[in-house]
Amino acid sequence: MTKLKPRLSLIGIGVFAVLLLVVAPLVLTDHWLSNLGKYCCWAIAAVGIGLAWGRGGMLVMGQGVFFALGAYSMAMHLTLETAGAGVPGFMVLYDPLAPLPAFWEPFRSAAFTLLAIVLLPVIVAGLLGYALFKRRVKGAYFAILSQALAVALATLISSTIRETGGDTGLSDFKYFFGFVLEDPANRVMVYLIAAALLVVCLLVVWQLYRSRFGELLVATRDAEERVRFLGYDPATVKLVAFVLAALMASIGGAMFVPIVGIITPAEIGAAASILMIAGVAFGGRASLFGPALGAMAVGWGQSSLGSAWPEGWTYIVGLLFIVVILFLPKGLSSLLPRFTAARRSPGEQPAAGTAAPELEAVQS
Amino acid sequence: MTDASLVVTDLRVEFSGFVAVGGVSFDAHLGEVRFLIGPNGAGKTTCIDAITGLSRATGSARLGGRELLGRPVHKIVRFGVGRTFQTASVFDELSVLQNLDIAAGRHRPAASLLRTRRGVDASIEQALEETGLAGELATPAGILSHGQKQWLEIAMLLVQDARVLLLDEPVAGMSQDERTATGGLLQRVAAKRIVLVVEHDMDFMRRFATRVTVLHQGKVLSDGTVAEVQADPKVQEVYLGTAGAATTAAMSVVPEAAGTPQRKED
Ligand SMILES: Nc1ncnc2c1ncn2[C@@H]1O[C@H](COP(=O)(O)OP(=O)(O)O)[C@@H](O)[C@H]1O
Ligand SMILES: [Mg+2]
Repeated sequence: MTKLKPRLSLIGIGVFAVLLLVVAPLVLTDHWLSNLGKYCCWAIAAVGIGLAWGRGGMLVMGQGVFFALGAYSMAMHLTLETAGAGVPGFMVLYDPLAPLPAFWEPFRSAAFTLLAIVLLPVIVAGLLGYALFKRRVKGAYFAILSQALAVALATLISSTIRETGGDTGLSDFKYFFGFVLEDPANRVMVYLIAAALLVVCLLVVWQLYRSRFGELLVATRDAEERVRFLGYDPATVKLVAFVLAALMASIGGAMFVPIVGIITPAEIGAAASILMIAGVAFGGRASLFGPALGAMAVGWGQSSLGSAWPEGWTYIVGLLFIVVILFLPKGLSSLLPRFTAARRSPGEQPAAGTAAPELEAVQS
Repeated sequence: MTDASLVVTDLRVEFSGFVAVGGVSFDAHLGEVRFLIGPNGAGKTTCIDAITGLSRATGSARLGGRELLGRPVHKIVRFGVGRTFQTASVFDELSVLQNLDIAAGRHRPAASLLRTRRGVDASIEQALEETGLAGELATPAGILSHGQKQWLEIAMLLVQDARVLLLDEPVAGMSQDERTATGGLLQRVAAKRIVLVVEHDMDFMRRFATRVTVLHQGKVLSDGTVAEVQADPKVQEVYLGTAGAATTAAMSVVPEAAGTPQRKED
């Protein structure tokens, strides 16, 4: 059973990969494939949230910050690539003689951009996490602090329209590392990269969850003091999960830019950060597939219901969130083991019945 | 072998002016089951908190040649000091094996954490055998009986290879048979490790203690063998006189605790 379960999860990831990488490009229209790519980006960030929050107990309410680090790194590079040797169009709009801000300059380099997408979130989350976890900041304080950072960053971007494009954001990218983005074949390629990255992230957390680190992370979540008294420093355990989650959010953000074609502060602020959390809660924060599928479901809801009925959509998400928290605190994925357990032994379900779904979530 | 003793000298702990422990000294050696007893609020738990770095304290607590006070919790653990808590604290969602595996893990290189466990460490098998949990390997710790949880905690200290075991009310809420089993276990463990047991159950103390220190209102009231302590008029006064009926019952035979004593209620 304990041996079978990870194997089953691996098969699950395989099936998921085939659906995303083979079936979807064959059956979906360009429009929906691009939408699916967008959901994949949120799902990548969500996998990280599942790791940090579901397994690590850190309510990361400001993943928009790390999403932004990746997204804006990528967007600056693509903007410069589109502008060629000159200065981006929106900057010239305000001041025809405006020089390129110094922090933009290195993003002309593709290698620097890729490094920034990986290293910026690692450095920022590393420093931030070290400061917070060593001081044992946790629970609501941690959540509020991370949320405040997302708000601050979104505000900063909004207010620096000359340097960052402000609320209008960065858009109109023509090239993606030399590939013409208008070309449908290239758009499929960009989608495939995002989908493949999502599969890789799933594989990473799959291995983490079945490793000793995964067990230690759950132990730290449930009884931090006890872990300390076993000779570990819980701050280090949490830091690893937090940094990985930040890295995934950044990768999601980076791929979001060429797929969606625009990045604005609205995509990284408080509301966006909470929507990411909502998807994870909806799918099941501690399970392997829950966060990704939940995020994709919320994304899909947003593009179908959200565009048809924008005022109603916000309320629907809110309502969904309340219902899940009240009746399914472990998300939709907890229905599955419950369902199979009920079929296996109808009637006689002792105390183990209540513990089983949680346990399976841990072992998956 | 200097490592064979834990020597606490003039330990003082204050909580914003309130002196919870006011100059307590005692020592514990290899080969004895050392008891620290006293009525609720005497400062027993606070003594353990101070030794393990959870509460700030003055004075000295030396393990062998090493001073423990003033160091962070996980450093003190790495010197070989292990403890349990008054309320059993095991990782409920993890299995017995996973719990023990984490306890054994501090000797492993960090990179090995990324791999999956294969098989069961010899130290874990031994601890399971010792504590009678061998049949519960795959059971989630959360559904163990109360007594089994306490044993799991002791097993975790064994695989952690703690040289000092500080046990805070390990038999609270246990049945008489479980108490007897626990007492026997502690006597066996004490042959190789320093064992200090905090209790307020006098019957358990009488049966298994080699030496006893009695605390009262943050001070050492009496110190010696079980017989010496019981004959001490000061101890009799605290337990029979001022402390009233509840502790009188504790002094007599087999008081069955109704449930798990919570830290806060103490
Ligand atoms: N963190 C704390 N803050 C303030 N007072 C405390 C704290 N911990 C313990 N105390 C007080 O110190 C005294 C000793 O408590 P404790 O060591 O738990 O007693 P025991 O374990 O012997 O029952 C009690 O009066 C208790 O209220
Ligand atoms: Mg106590």
